[in-house]
Amino acid sequence: MLVSERKPLEEILGLLEREGRRRLFILGCNGCAAASGTGGEPEVLELKEELERAGKEVVGWKVLDFLCQKGLIRAGLRPYEKELAAAEAVLAATCGIGVQAVAAVLEEPVYPACNTISLGGVRGEWPGAERCLECGQCFLGLTAGICPLTACTKQLVNGPCGGAKEGRCEFEPDARPCGWELIYERLKKQGRLDLLRKSPPIFKDHAKMQPPKRLRQTTRWAVELEEVARR
Amino acid sequence: MKLRELFREGRFVVTSEVGPPKGTDVTEMLANAELLRPWVDGLNITDQQSSVMRLGSLAAAHLLKERGIEPIYQLTCRDRNRIALQSDLLSAWALGIENVLCLTGDYVSLGDHPEAKPVFDLDSVSLLATAKRLNEGYDLAGNELVGKPDFCLGAVVTPGANPLEMQLIKMERKIAAGAEFFQTQAIYEPEKFARFMAEAKELKRPVIAGIILLKSAGMARFMNKNVAGVHVPEPLIEEMERAKDRVAKSIELAARLIREIRPLCQGVHIMPIGWERHVPAVLEEAGLARRR
Ligand code: SF4
Ligand code: SF4
Repeated sequence: MLVSERKPLEEILGLLEREGRRRLFILGCNGCAAASGTGGEPEVLELKEELERAGKEVVGWKVLDFLCQKGLIRAGLRPYEKELAAAEAVLAATCGIGVQAVAAVLEEPVYPACNTISLGGVRGEWPGAERCLECGQCFLGLTAGICPLTACTKQLVNGPCGGAKEGRCEFEPDARPCGWELIYERLKKQGRLDLLRKSPPIFKDHAKMQPPKRLRQTTRWAVELEEVARR
Repeated sequence: MKLRELFREGRFVVTSEVGPPKGTDVTEMLANAELLRPWVDGLNITDQQSSVMRLGSLAAAHLLKERGIEPIYQLTCRDRNRIALQSDLLSAWALGIENVLCLTGDYVSLGDHPEAKPVFDLDSVSLLATAKRLNEGYDLAGNELVGKPDFCLGAVVTPGANPLEMQLIKMERKIAAGAEFFQTQAIYEPEKFARFMAEAKELKRPVIAGIILLKSAGMARFMNKNVAGVHVPEPLIEEMERAKDRVAKSIELAARLIREIRPLCQGVHIMPIGWERHVPAVLEEAGLARRR
C-alpha cells in the first residue's frame, strides 16, 4: 500500500497555472489512494469542486480500480476519449506510481494531485522497476510524469549531471538509462521544455521523506510496534 | 583575486589544476602548483576527483592561497549535505578563498569507496543558489550571517553533450542560480565548440574552454568510450599514433587547439593529468605568455 496525502490546492493550481492549463480531466484510484482518503470517488468529487471554484473547467473525471496498472488505465479510459481530447491536462489523485503509469499511457501532460508519503506495506502493482520513494513532495508535475528520485541514480531534481553517455547513466550504463534524458525527451515531445528552463532551483525536503507522525500514531502502526516489542 | 575581475578587464584567462594527494604528503602537489604558477591566473583544486578519497580540496586550496597562488576551489555535492556544504563555504571564505567551482560530483561507484553513501542532498544548481544566498548574507534556512562571503561562482558545462539543448537549459538555470563563469569539459573539435559558443553567447557569461593533454592514442580511445561528452576525432588519434615523439605531438596538438578556439572564448583551462611539466610548453607554443 502506498500512502498518499493531497497536495494543497494552491500547489496544484500553481503547477497548472504555470503552464496555463484550464480544462482538466481528473483521475482517481480505488486502490491505495482510496484507502488513503485521497483518490476515491468522494475525494475526486471534492477536488473537482475545489478546482471549479478556482475557475478551472473539469471536462471529465473517472475513478479506476488500480491506476498502477497500465492495462486497466487503457481499458478504463477508452470510453473517455472525447473528454481526454478536450482536456489540457490530466490530474491524477493517486500515488507516485499511479501518476507515472498514467503519464506513460496518455499523451496529455499529467499532474500529481498528491504526495506519496509512505510505503505502508506492499508497493503498487507496476512490476519491473522501482518507481516511487515516497518522498512526500511529488515532483511528477515538473518532470513529465517520470520520477526523478527513482529514474536518476543521484536523485537529482534540477536536471541531469554531466555523467550520461549516449543516453545511459554513468552508474551501470548497461542497465540504466539516464533518467533525466527520459524526462528531457518526454518534456520536449510535449513542448514543455520551458518548465525545466524557467524553474527556480529546487531543493529536496528530506524531512518529508520520513513518514509523518500521524501515520506512526495509527492503531495499525501501534499494533505492529507492539508486536515487535513483545518478541 | 576573483576571476570576475580578470574577465571584466577583458583578459584571456588561463587556469589549470592540481589534485590533492592520497595521504598527507603535499610535496608533489605544491611542486606542481609552483611549476604552473608563472603561467596561470589560477589553479583548480579538485574535490576527490572520480570519487577517489583524497586530502580535501578546502585544505589544499588554503595551502595554495598561503603561497600566493589563486585557488579555484572545487566543491561537489557527492559527500556533503547542505549543512556541511554551507559550512565549508564559510570556512573557505574565512581562509581567503574567493573562487568556487560548483559541481554535482561523480557517482560514488566510480571511485575507490563504492560502498559509501551517495549524498546529493543538493546538486550543481541548488549548490550555486546556496552559495549565492551566503553571498547575500543568509543561510538556506533564512538565518542572517554574521559576516558574509563574496564568492565568484563558477560552474561547468559540456559542449559535446548530446542532446546539447539540455546542456544549454542547465546552463541557463545555473546562471539564474548564480554562476558567473563556466568551465567546459575537455574539447577536441573546434567546429563543434564554435557551434556551442554560438548558442551559449546569448547567455552572456565568460566561458573557459577545457583542454586535456592527450598522452597517447590509447588514452583518446579510452576517453571516447568512457568519458561523457568527450570526443577525440579519429584523425587526431591517428596523428597521435603516427607520432615518433608523443610528448612533442601532444604539446603541438594542444597548442594548435588553443590557438584555434582562442577567438571563440574567454579563457582556457588545462587539465594536465600527470603531465604538469609539459603545460608551460603548451602555453608558450599557443602564444600565451607567462602571467608573471
Ligand atoms: S517524486 Fe517520485 S518519489 Fe516523490 S512522490 Fe512522486 S513518484 Fe514518489
Ligand atoms: S547520468 Fe542521468 S540518471 Fe545517471 S546520475 Fe546523471 S542525471 Fe542521473
